[in-house]
Amino acid sequence: MSRAWVFGDDLDTDQIVPGRYAPFMVGQDKFHIYAFCDARPGFAKEVRPGDVLVGGENFGCGSSREYAVAALAKHGIGGIVAKSFARIFFRNCINLGIPVLESEDAVTVVRDGDAVMLDLAAGLLRAPGGDARLRPLAPFAQEILAAGGVVAYLREHGDFPSVE
Amino acid sequence: MPKTLAEKILSRVAARDAKVGDLVIVPVSRVMVHDSVVDAVIAGLRDLGKERVWDTTKVAVFVDHAAPAPTPVVADSHRVLREWVRTQGIATFYDAGEGVCHQIMVEEGYCEPGTVIVGSDSHSNSYGAVGAFGAGMGATDIAVALALGRTWLRVPESIKVTFTGRPRKGVTMKDAIMRVVREIGTDGARYACVEFHGAGSLPQGDRITLAGMTTEMGAKAGIVVATPEAPDWLFPDHGAAYANEVTVDLSTLEPQIAVPPRVDQVVDVSEAVGQPVDVVFLGSCTNGRLVDMRQAAAVLRGRRISPEVRLEVVPSSRRQFEDAMADGTLLSLSAAGAVIGSSGCGPCLGRTGGVLAGQEVCLSTANRNYRGRMGSADASIFIGSPYVAAVAALTGVIDDPRPYLEATDAEFDDLVARRRAERAGRGAASVRSGDRARELMVAAARSGVAAEIDD
Repeated sequence: MSRAWVFGDDLDTDQIVPGRYAPFMVGQDKFHIYAFCDARPGFAKEVRPGDVLVGGENFGCGSSREYAVAALAKHGIGGIVAKSFARIFFRNCINLGIPVLESEDAVTVVRDGDAVMLDLAAGLLRAPGGDARLRPLAPFAQEILAAGGVVAYLREHGDFPSVE
Repeated sequence: MPKTLAEKILSRVAARDAKVGDLVIVPVSRVMVHDSVVDAVIAGLRDLGKERVWDTTKVAVFVDHAAPAPTPVVADSHRVLREWVRTQGIATFYDAGEGVCHQIMVEEGYCEPGTVIVGSDSHSNSYGAVGAFGAGMGATDIAVALALGRTWLRVPESIKVTFTGRPRKGVTMKDAIMRVVREIGTDGARYACVEFHGAGSLPQGDRITLAGMTTEMGAKAGIVVATPEAPDWLFPDHGAAYANEVTVDLSTLEPQIAVPPRVDQVVDVSEAVGQPVDVVFLGSCTNGRLVDMRQAAAVLRGRRISPEVRLEVVPSSRRQFEDAMADGTLLSLSAAGAVIGSSGCGPCLGRTGGVLAGQEVCLSTANRNYRGRMGSADASIFIGSPYVAAVAALTGVIDDPRPYLEATDAEFDDLVARRRAERAGRGAASVRSGDRARELMVAAARSGVAAEIDD
């Protein structure tokens, strides 16, 4: 089981890692310790590998900064479930191997701190208050995630998955 | 099937019939990389096992996000970037002080209309100002594009935005796009392309303001229809299907203000009148051009900003900087008490220039007002046009700029005095050291250097 961290709508990338703590401001080895430092103080200390972020609409909006996602990957985030995702954030997560899943009801079913299980095979986020249904990802994205990210996929296959 | 502009461009570059929802793999005509993410891009290329970019002539690299380097860590990152540029043999390289990547990409002609361009910055949508499909992406996507010369895209739905009428004096296309953001919301154009109709004949700078701010609605791209740069084939078909349509009548538009911390929390300026400000920022890829500085100078010329307010002006490129120097605009702004920064992103993203303290209130002409964007997480950022910025710097409060543009000198001074009285008890009054600036302005005017400024 892992812990759910629940956020609201329009969580922007400045909330995930503020620009002043960008890797090129604080160094490549430190930026992840500032994850949610303004929005959710204590997150970086308490988060455990496999934990799941849950959000509302437009999760990850704002700057294209991939280090916001890289910080989450460094903490071993097991997946992000939200009503909808900002497009660059969505791509960055797929590219860095973090499952991003749309769900209409997760943000209402799951409460912050719940012990949850992300069951990708069943397409469900299992929580004490009930199961939230996850929208299946496009096969293209699933293939990249299965490889652990786009770099690993391209190293193995030399080209993108087929889009036909 | 009739095609939107996005479908037309993506069909052409993918060499297939691309319809909304299709995934396509397309060649990119250029890849834009900037300083803030270059370490991750280089690491991505290395992890991909690629030593060289696919085509050095199609890569443009910029040092603008934290430039000149504010700290040793940033300076080291810039040094790594320069070494990478040299060893790769990339000629299209603009170092610190040359300007914001997007401004240079458009004004120096690096954006080929009707092609796909990807950039490591979210405001790469700006390239739609000249009819290019510009999309912002993260570092790994950019590394992949640099390695392969291709990227993948889902063919987006399109939202049709139509402008009608002409704006009244003191109302700008910044107000127009903020009005659109107000209608559509921060995620109303998510995954979509915003297609602008009725804007093709606007000056290029106004078109950058429009296209760049489509990012604030979640858009993948924002493209202006019928620009002078567009080739003949580049138009949306009659009868193309749109996910949403918005029409803005410019002739009745009021100056708009985005209220923190949301860029879609937009009100008519009348609802924000009297809001005290401590700092005013005029600049960014959205509003850092000559025309924007001229609009501010039209209000501030021959006057002094409020002694308790700091005004920072950051031209968006060296070309804009030098044009504003040559016609006396920058001298007017400096004489009014502005700090003039070197061309680049400036304090827009809180990494360099005048960052904000806790409790401080900023009026910015940039594009984002998230919590913590320009410095302290406890600062507040209002967004407005250059006219609104100039009046805020002058009075220390947000006000409707239009009466100032119509007022006689006596009426103007009365307006300023009344507004200044409303914000007593904030900050400290600065002595302005540049009394000589007035003499310089007179001398410059006599020598014919300073051109007549009209807005």
